[in-house]
Amino acid sequence: MHTLQDIGVVFRSELGLALRNRIGIAIGLIQPFVYLLLFGPLLTQALPGGRNPWLFFVPGLLLQLGLFGTGFAGFNLIPDIRSGFVERLRVAPISRLAILLGRVLKDAVVLVIQAVPLIVLGYAFGMAANPFGVLASVALILITGIGLASLSYVLALALPNEWLFAPTVNSLAIPLLLLSGILLPIDRGPAWLDLLARLNPLRYVVNAARALFAGQLGTTVYIGGLVAVALAGISFAVGSRLFGRRTA
Amino acid sequence: MTPVIAATSLSKSFETKTGTVGAVREVSFRVAPGEVVGLLGPNGAGKTTTMRMLSTLERPTRGSAVVAGHDLLRDAHGVRRSIGLVAQSGGTRPIATPRDELLLQARIHRLAEPARRAQAMIDTFDLADLADRPTMTLSGGQRRRLDVAIGLIHTPAVLFLDEPTAALDPPSRAEMWQHIRNLRRRAAATVVLSTHHLDEADALCDRVLILDHGRLVAEDSPARLKRQLGDDVLTVALTGDAGRARDAVGGLPGVRGVHGDGNELRIGCQNADELVSRVVLALHDNRVEVRGLRVAHPSLDDVFLALTGHATHQEV
Repeated sequence: MHTLQDIGVVFRSELGLALRNRIGIAIGLIQPFVYLLLFGPLLTQALPGGRNPWLFFVPGLLLQLGLFGTGFAGFNLIPDIRSGFVERLRVAPISRLAILLGRVLKDAVVLVIQAVPLIVLGYAFGMAANPFGVLASVALILITGIGLASLSYVLALALPNEWLFAPTVNSLAIPLLLLSGILLPIDRGPAWLDLLARLNPLRYVVNAARALFAGQLGTTVYIGGLVAVALAGISFAVGSRLFGRRTA
Repeated sequence: MTPVIAATSLSKSFETKTGTVGAVREVSFRVAPGEVVGLLGPNGAGKTTTMRMLSTLERPTRGSAVVAGHDLLRDAHGVRRSIGLVAQSGGTRPIATPRDELLLQARIHRLAEPARRAQAMIDTFDLADLADRPTMTLSGGQRRRLDVAIGLIHTPAVLFLDEPTAALDPPSRAEMWQHIRNLRRRAAATVVLSTHHLDEADALCDRVLILDHGRLVAEDSPARLKRQLGDDVLTVALTGDAGRARDAVGGLPGVRGVHGDGNELRIGCQNADELVSRVVLALHDNRVEVRGLRVAHPSLDDVFLALTGHATHQEV
C-alpha cells in the first residue's frame, strides 16, 4: 500500500515535468507523422488488395514511436544521478522500488499520450479500426512502454559512458524496427529474414496490435500480450538490479 | 539526555585494485539534541563517508549507529524518516522549479497540506522570486538555499549538511551561515555539518570532531580545542634591549613564559587581551620604550596542524 503511494508520488512529479515539456512531446511525434504522411500513401499501392493499409501501418508507427521516443528514456536518468536527485530519493523514506518504477511508468504514459494523435490521424486517413480493439491496444502500448523504458534504463546504466547511449539506441532500434515488419509484411520476405524476425519480441507485439485494430481477438493477441508483459517484467527486473548496484 | 546520534566504531572500507582502503576507521561519537556539530578535516579524511553512513546511503563495514532512536542497520526507513541530508551535489532536477522540488519532498514525507508546507519553506528561505523558475537558472547560493529548504521541509530531528558553503562566493556563504544560525535558534534542530573551513566550524559549531585519515583525532568545542593547544602570544616590539623588559614583565600574574629575542619580546599567557594593559604599564614603569604590540590567538588552523601534522588545505 505504502509502496503504491510512493510510486504514485514519484510518478506524479515526473509526469508533471514531462507534460510541461510540450515541445518535447510534439517533437517526438514528428517522425511517425512524417512516415504516416509521406510513406503511408505508398503502402496503399504496395499492399495486397483488400487490406486496409492504415490498419497495418498505424500500429507499426506506434512501435516506432516507442522505440525512438521511449527508447531514449534512459538519457534523462544519467543527469538525475549526477545532479544528486536519485540520491535524494534514496535518502528519503520511500520504497526503493518506487524510485525507478515511478519514472518508468511516466515514460510509458507519455508514450500513450503521444499515441493518441497518431491514432486520431489514422482514423482521419480512413483507418477502419475497431474502437474496442484500439482501446485494448492502448493497454498493450502501455505495457510495451514499460518494457522499452526499462531497456533504455538498462542501457543507460550499463554503458561505460553517456556518449555511447544515443548511437547504441539508434543501432538497436533500427534492426528491431525493421525486424518487426512495420513497413512491409515481413512474412513475405526470405525465410532467413522471417526466422530472424521471429526472435524479435516486438514483432509479436505489433502483430497483436494489428489484430486488435482489425477487431480480431485470438491467439495472435494473447501471444503478443504475453510477450509484452514478459518483456516489461524482465527488463524492469534487470533495470532495477543495475540501478541498485550503480547507485548503491 | 539521550543522544540524537550515537555512533559506535563506525568503519567503512572500500575495495580498490590496490587493496582495501579504510575511508572511516572506528569512529565513535555522540551528538546531543540541539547541538551543532562540525566534522572537520581535509578532503579524503572521511567526513562525507561518515555522513553517508549515518544517512543510510552507505552501509558500514563495521560498527553501528543509532540515529534519532532508529538503528541504522535494522531500521533504515525509520532513520530516513527522521533525517534530512543536504548532499554536496545538491539534489534537484535542472528543469524542475523550486516549488516542484519542495512539493515532491513534502509528498514523499506524507506531510499534510504539502502545498502550504512548500510555500512556508519558500518564504523562510527567501525563494519567493525564484519559486517558479527552473532550478538550472538559479545561482549557486540560491540553489544551496533550496537544497537546505528541501532537507528541512519535514522538520527532521537531524539535519546533515555536507559542505554547505563549498563553492559559494563570500556573500552567499555569509547568508548560508545566517540560515544555519537561524535554524538552531528557531527550530533547535540538531545539525551535523562537514567542512574543511576552520573558520566555518569556529563560527557555527558547538563542537567539532576532527577527522584525519578516517580517524577521529579530536573532539571538543572550538574554544576548548584552541585553549588545549595553549597560549595566546603577546608580542612586544621594543626600541632597546629585551633583557630589562623581560625582567619587568616576568612576574606579572597570568604570564606563563617570556622569550626575549633582540628587540622583540614574546609573552606566552592564558589571556593576552587581559594582560596587554598591565604589560604596557610595567614596561613604562621600568622605562622601556614600546614600539608596537601584537596579540595572537591560536586558530583552529593551529589546532589542526598540531593534531595532524598537516594543514587542512592539504589533500591526504
